[in-house]
Amino acid sequence: MLELPWLSFLIGLSVVGAIVVAFLKNDKVAKQTTLGVSLLILVLTVVMAVQFSPNGDRFQFAETYDWIPSFGVHYAVAVDGIALVLILLSAILVPIVVLASWHDAEQGKRSVRTYFALLLVLEAMMIGVFAATDVFLFYVFFEAMLIPMYFMIGSYGGAQRSYAAVKFLLYSLFGGLLMLVAVIALYNVADKNSFLFPDLIGAVTDPTTQKWLFLGFFIAFAIKAPLWPVHTWLPDAAAQAPAGAAVLLVGVLDKVGTYGMLRFCLELFPDAAKWATPVVIALSVIGIVYGAIVAIGQTDIKRLVAYTSISHFGFITMGVFAMTTTATSGATLYMVNHGFSTGVLFLVAGFLIYRRGSQFIADYGGVQKVAPLLAGAFLIAGLSGLSLPGLSTFVSEFMVLLGTYQRYAVPAIIGTTGVILAAIYILWMYQRTMNGPTAESVAEMKDLNGRERWVVAPLIALIVVLGFFPKPLLDVINPAVKESLVNVKVTDPAPVVAVKEGQ
Amino acid sequence: MEPVEILSHTGGGVISVAWLMIALPLIGAAILLIGGRATNKWGHFLAVLMSVAAFVVAALAFFQLIGLDPAQRRQSVHLWDFIPGVADIGLLIDPLSIAFCLLITFVGSLIHIYSIGYMSHDPDRRRFFAYLNLFVAAMLLLVLADNYVALFIGWEGVGLASYLLIGFWQYKPSAAVAAKKAFVVNRVGDFGLLVAMFIIFAQFGSLQFAEVFPAAGEASQGVSTAIGLLLLLGACGKSAQLPLQSWLLDAMEGPTPVSALIHAATMVTAGVYLVVRSGSAFFPEGSTAGLVVTIVGVATLLAGAIIGTAKDDIKKGLAGSTMSQIGYMMLAAGIGPAGYAFAIAHLISHGFFKADLFLGAGSVMHAMNDEVDMRRYGGLRKVLPITFVTFFIGYLAIIGFPLLSGYFTKDGIIESVMHHNAILGWLAVVGAGITGFYMTRMVVMTFFGPKRWDEKAHPHESPAVMTWPLIILSVFSIGLGAYLILSNRLMVFLAPAVGRPEELPHFAPFAVTGLATLALVAVGAGLAIVKYGRAEVPVVQPRGSFLTVFARRDLYGDALNEALFMRPGQWLTRFAVFFDNRGIDGVVNGLAAGVGGSSGRLRKIQTGYVRSYALSIFVGAAVLAGAWFVVGTL
Repeated sequence: MLELPWLSFLIGLSVVGAIVVAFLKNDKVAKQTTLGVSLLILVLTVVMAVQFSPNGDRFQFAETYDWIPSFGVHYAVAVDGIALVLILLSAILVPIVVLASWHDAEQGKRSVRTYFALLLVLEAMMIGVFAATDVFLFYVFFEAMLIPMYFMIGSYGGAQRSYAAVKFLLYSLFGGLLMLVAVIALYNVADKNSFLFPDLIGAVTDPTTQKWLFLGFFIAFAIKAPLWPVHTWLPDAAAQAPAGAAVLLVGVLDKVGTYGMLRFCLELFPDAAKWATPVVIALSVIGIVYGAIVAIGQTDIKRLVAYTSISHFGFITMGVFAMTTTATSGATLYMVNHGFSTGVLFLVAGFLIYRRGSQFIADYGGVQKVAPLLAGAFLIAGLSGLSLPGLSTFVSEFMVLLGTYQRYAVPAIIGTTGVILAAIYILWMYQRTMNGPTAESVAEMKDLNGRERWVVAPLIALIVVLGFFPKPLLDVINPAVKESLVNVKVTDPAPVVAVKEGQ
Repeated sequence: MEPVEILSHTGGGVISVAWLMIALPLIGAAILLIGGRATNKWGHFLAVLMSVAAFVVAALAFFQLIGLDPAQRRQSVHLWDFIPGVADIGLLIDPLSIAFCLLITFVGSLIHIYSIGYMSHDPDRRRFFAYLNLFVAAMLLLVLADNYVALFIGWEGVGLASYLLIGFWQYKPSAAVAAKKAFVVNRVGDFGLLVAMFIIFAQFGSLQFAEVFPAAGEASQGVSTAIGLLLLLGACGKSAQLPLQSWLLDAMEGPTPVSALIHAATMVTAGVYLVVRSGSAFFPEGSTAGLVVTIVGVATLLAGAIIGTAKDDIKKGLAGSTMSQIGYMMLAAGIGPAGYAFAIAHLISHGFFKADLFLGAGSVMHAMNDEVDMRRYGGLRKVLPITFVTFFIGYLAIIGFPLLSGYFTKDGIIESVMHHNAILGWLAVVGAGITGFYMTRMVVMTFFGPKRWDEKAHPHESPAVMTWPLIILSVFSIGLGAYLILSNRLMVFLAPAVGRPEELPHFAPFAVTGLATLALVAVGAGLAIVKYGRAEVPVVQPRGSFLTVFARRDLYGDALNEALFMRPGQWLTRFAVFFDNRGIDGVVNGLAAGVGGSSGRLRKIQTGYVRSYALSIFVGAAVLAGAWFVVGTL
């Protein structure tokens, strides 16, 4: 095919779709249009991904236009393997979320079509943020993403939605504005009259300046990810958001944080990143164990899932900062797999909660007997949450731990205890909701209907297939990660025995 | 003699399609689970067919293998790239893996067939068969994998099948709890296996057996020991060895065929497989790791046997016995090449006679309305003649009655350990004596003496679909031990895979240890006959002495776990939740409130205030940005 402006087209299509949906009169048509547009975007994204050549240039499908020439701001988009798989993740999740949210917006403060329009706006932002290769453009998407999510939580969420939405917004704004300071400072210090990412690599050499700029970016990303101890907004936001929004929040938006660390913190400020690594690894390990322990103690299903994600984000940041090919590729793959895995977990939990009208674990029991398919889907989703081998999440968790161990043995070993804790939080939740005698309040519960099966089936299929055959994704991710690590100037530790042979 | 080199399979024969062994039962499981109720009518036949087909493939691969020169008998078949640079999915066809495949698929098929009858009244029979097929597939992957990662997929796969099947009657809270416990305790073991893999990869840059094993000798002593001990931790979890034994007794909540297949004949022996498979590399003769394996084995064989003496629940008695018998296998596996063949021989013969005993127990339960309390049995030999005869053969085999299976394989273990370390050897002899006691007690309480059940129980012999598997298993329980041990048949067969001692051992039927073992077994059996055959067995469990209670409570293993891990864990969880809500969130909320210039609690903030908050933060950031410019230009 010709050199088409793929990325701009995908972003534009979502925006146009959102505008059309917002002005439709009929809610049902609005839903169908949203589904159609998101499916079209998915197809186009897949077509684009197939044309991506893993061993070609690092950044492909590049477009660069001047935006504010006097400040060197460009509209510049392109993808490398890392950005590509995250855009794929977003494009796959949106139609599934649309289908899953079919009735979720009916109780909202605003209209149904607004909710679906917001979903498409969010999709445009998600593609844009991963595709942006101009740091200023990235910042714009990074901040603008907050707006649709803020309204989705604040207008369509649960009982405490206002509190949750405000908390989400305040945390994010705080981080975002620190980043703005750092972005502007970076522009000044680099003195290249350009915000383009490739221009800025290696531009900041002074160690102290690097450290300050690193911190500005890092704190913003740490809040976004979120990393312990700035994680407390997530359980509130995820628990109050409608299930579909929670999926995009935890599955994709939070990944912007871990993606940003890998792309900007590591490559733009490599020395500062190495300087900060011990602290980041320590925070990650604390997050892994702490998130898992707090998850065990939760009484609310959605909060529980949110805390499991805090534990999982610990794995991702640990893998990013371990800076070995295996760990960092594993962390990137983790971002994708976690999106599918937590996605299906939130969605099935949403189906369950929709039926019973309660988020509390104690209000359930013995659902397996009355709704075996729902229970089965919940179990598979849970098993992917505890990284069962044979499911995709295992591959990425194993790579992160294996790769981290090569450089930081003790943190990797402590992190591995997360494997045991994961079994406890998932299976205990499953036992309390699905096993035992059937609670009276769920005795009439209906099993998954056709629409819900279409929501769950593709995600489970992806989780299983990628569990046995992760190579297509890894083939795309690996070269990009290797190039990133070259920019950071690190090399993988060699095996002990092979070193002996070489002497 | 060292194991031979692992070669890349260059194509041809059944070995090239050995993956069918795994694929067929996996397809069976998928059809039954996805097909749903539509497959209810014929689902169990499909499952049986898939299991039998896997056996046929295993048998053909076995014949192809023995047709090869011994130096060619370790072949690695690459299937597909898995994690580039880390591991691929591939199978290792060698005498050790094929021996396991034959055991798993043959005993597995018999148990599938038996389950047709045993589960005939269960509305969820299809799901049961789906899980059985899933188990067989995972177990075959475990033993066939040619690297540690693929092995680990099978390893946790069997754990999943075990979880699903222990909790098969999930509406019973006890079953649901037991299933979760089994999985979590196994994960503690898996932690060890994972860290072992990390170290192996850091050392050798590979997880493929073909690359790791030859290089293992170059690692430092300390590293090798660490890898060995961590692998052992994994083995302890899967094989219910001390200190990770506690889940196995609870696992008896699962349907009895599951106890026979997974929790006796196959899955629980995976730990022995792991030790033997990695033996030449990480548990060499005389190594520290090997010594620890033998100590764990002896401790568990005694603990399991003692637990077995006090159980009134027939399945829990057999579960204690399984722990104990696997302890024997571990003990033998720990001493190195001299013990491997005996460990595997006992593993195989145990697979048959323990499956026979468990299915026999299932047949008794089937007859007695699922009663498991042996105090309510008695005199059943007349009503259940086939079950009785087959159970009795299994009983003779396990206590090591001369010329039956267990006699050869257990004696082989004791004899080889005795050469290695006399203290461990004599402890194993004591274990055999206790085995004689608890197994005789079980047989006497169940089949002899006056009946202690209600006439209303109407015990009846099981249908042919259940008795035929019993008959076949009992026939193997008679002759298999002699076949494997005499003229060192198994040792020679396994040598290419696991190595063997330079000098082949001689079977000495009248050695001191053998006679002493027989004498102690006779004493144990005699005591049991006096205590339970001559005296009356109370229907209600008497209080029992301190020692009896100690054994009944599984040597306080659960109490220990609760005191050491569960309770502190619960406190830690509560504290962490409290801290998260009040500590971290409190501080941050306070800060946020401070930044916003409001002293009110954040919870009270309504959306109307957002703008003012956003504004104040924006102003703050603008000030910061401004400050930067000023500082930057100075």
